[in-house]
Amino acid sequence: MDTGDTAWVLASAALVLLMTPGLALFYGGMVRAKTVLNMMMMSFGALALISVLWVLYGYSMAFGNDVGGGLLGSPTEFFGLKGLMGTEGIDKGFAASSLVFTIPSMAFVAFQAVFAIITVALISGAIADRARFGPWMLFSGIWATIVYFPVAHWVFAFDGAESAKGGWVANKLLAIDFAGGTAVHINAGAAGLALAIVLGRRVGWQKDPMRPHNLPLVMLGAGLLWFGWFGFNAGSALSANGQASEVWVTTMVATGAAALGWLVVERFRDGHATSLGAASGVVAGLVAITPSCSSVTPLGAIAVGALAGVLCALAVGLKYKMNVDDSLDVVGVHLVGGIWGTIAVGFFASSSATAGVDGLFYGGGVDQLWRQAVGAGAVLVYSFVLTLIIGYAISKTIGFRIEEEDEIEGIDFTEHSETAYDFVSRTGGSSLLSGSTPSATIQADAEARGVNA
Amino acid sequence: MKIVTAVIKPHKWEDVRAALEAAGITGMTVSEVSGYGRQKGHTEVYRGAEYDVALVPKVRLEIVLDDAEVESVTEAIVAAAATGRIGDGKVWVAPIESVVRVRTGDRDESAV
Repeated sequence: MDTGDTAWVLASAALVLLMTPGLALFYGGMVRAKTVLNMMMMSFGALALISVLWVLYGYSMAFGNDVGGGLLGSPTEFFGLKGLMGTEGIDKGFAASSLVFTIPSMAFVAFQAVFAIITVALISGAIADRARFGPWMLFSGIWATIVYFPVAHWVFAFDGAESAKGGWVANKLLAIDFAGGTAVHINAGAAGLALAIVLGRRVGWQKDPMRPHNLPLVMLGAGLLWFGWFGFNAGSALSANGQASEVWVTTMVATGAAALGWLVVERFRDGHATSLGAASGVVAGLVAITPSCSSVTPLGAIAVGALAGVLCALAVGLKYKMNVDDSLDVVGVHLVGGIWGTIAVGFFASSSATAGVDGLFYGGGVDQLWRQAVGAGAVLVYSFVLTLIIGYAISKTIGFRIEEEDEIEGIDFTEHSETAYDFVSRTGGSSLLSGSTPSATIQADAEARGVNA
Repeated sequence: MKIVTAVIKPHKWEDVRAALEAAGITGMTVSEVSGYGRQKGHTEVYRGAEYDVALVPKVRLEIVLDDAEVESVTEAIVAAAATGRIGDGKVWVAPIESVVRVRTGDRDESAV
């Protein structure tokens, strides 16, 4: 065991965990004032539920020994993380089975847990303002179980690292996805598209104004995502080494270039460089460099990032032509950015980077390009089809969408019995129109529940 | 007695308040309101999607006065609030039937 590597991976896991609250702010600021809490709760719900599922059987499905074809890990091998404790005692050194490379398996469990969480949370941006919370939680659990955990096995489980046999994308196809362009972003983006189709458009979409209610929250969220993403990418080296350092730099510079690319498109197309454009460009760049951060040079990263910013800025308008209410552009940013970043490895990979592969532009021919395309396509199709099935199954049984009048009233109040902002603070927080003081309300509430207030 | 109501640009509110103080006006009611006139709002762009924002923020002030003060106060507001550009706002005057001061019960002219 290496203590430096372990310290870096544990710190990276905490950085990646912060990305989900960051995403909640990023998404929350983009919706209307009457729906911000529900938007943020979908992320916090994923944080709560997926943490538990990951420990119970998620890690085992992703990183247990392959059950056949590189499709799935054994759900029972590490059930409840049994067998991963420092069986010889920390002071006496770890047993071989409780190490992943140079770090304790538990550090790897922690690091990969937060990937599963944010992938589920990312989907929620496609269905803003209209999904019942309970069915969302049910969807999250089912989706993580039959879509994310298997796909994480395909992409992240290397032979001999966590178990003897890993997943097919990582070990047979040999597609390069360093930190999750396919498993996280294409996966969540395709699921977002499917779920937006299942749930349908919001009441008044393309007619009523649905502009972001708080852009400073969006900017803060984008900043936290950028910060946490250094754990996501550089932490994926699983070591505090030169690769982590190179990845850190490619992640930074691609993101800057993507923000510039998005702003340039806006300046020429719309006349103004906007703050939402800067925040969106940051995320587009981070998405695109995620699979490619270990295989491109810093100059290659600038190209990958800048093109990601331009492509995603152009892609976010497609939903109006497709008439699909992907509310916060999960498709335009994560699916398009994820596909671009994954395919870009086939063009821009340079063997001078740590992945050691040459892409088309560096004399490597199309060998890596087709591997990247197959990996991206497989995850896209699997996630899209499975999500449609899960989504329709929930819709047809318990129902997924809130009532129309509840949607108009605002999902924060109707689903959570809360509102984000006190617009009548000068009256002490109670509405003058309700005719009751706060204390009277509490008293009545307490009596109704049969307790002494 | 009259009530003078003025709807002005928010950034001219301090100028108008100073002008009214100079004219001897000691109290008023101010509210933040929104609306539109001939300028018809404006357009905002989010991720390339254009939104027509019809309502423009304004400040509304209401002052109850003796008839004799109305003309000078109206002129003071207009002079302080004007920028010469579209959206400067409006000032209007309406009659008041009666006024009561809540603390003392004073009525009409003595309550103004």
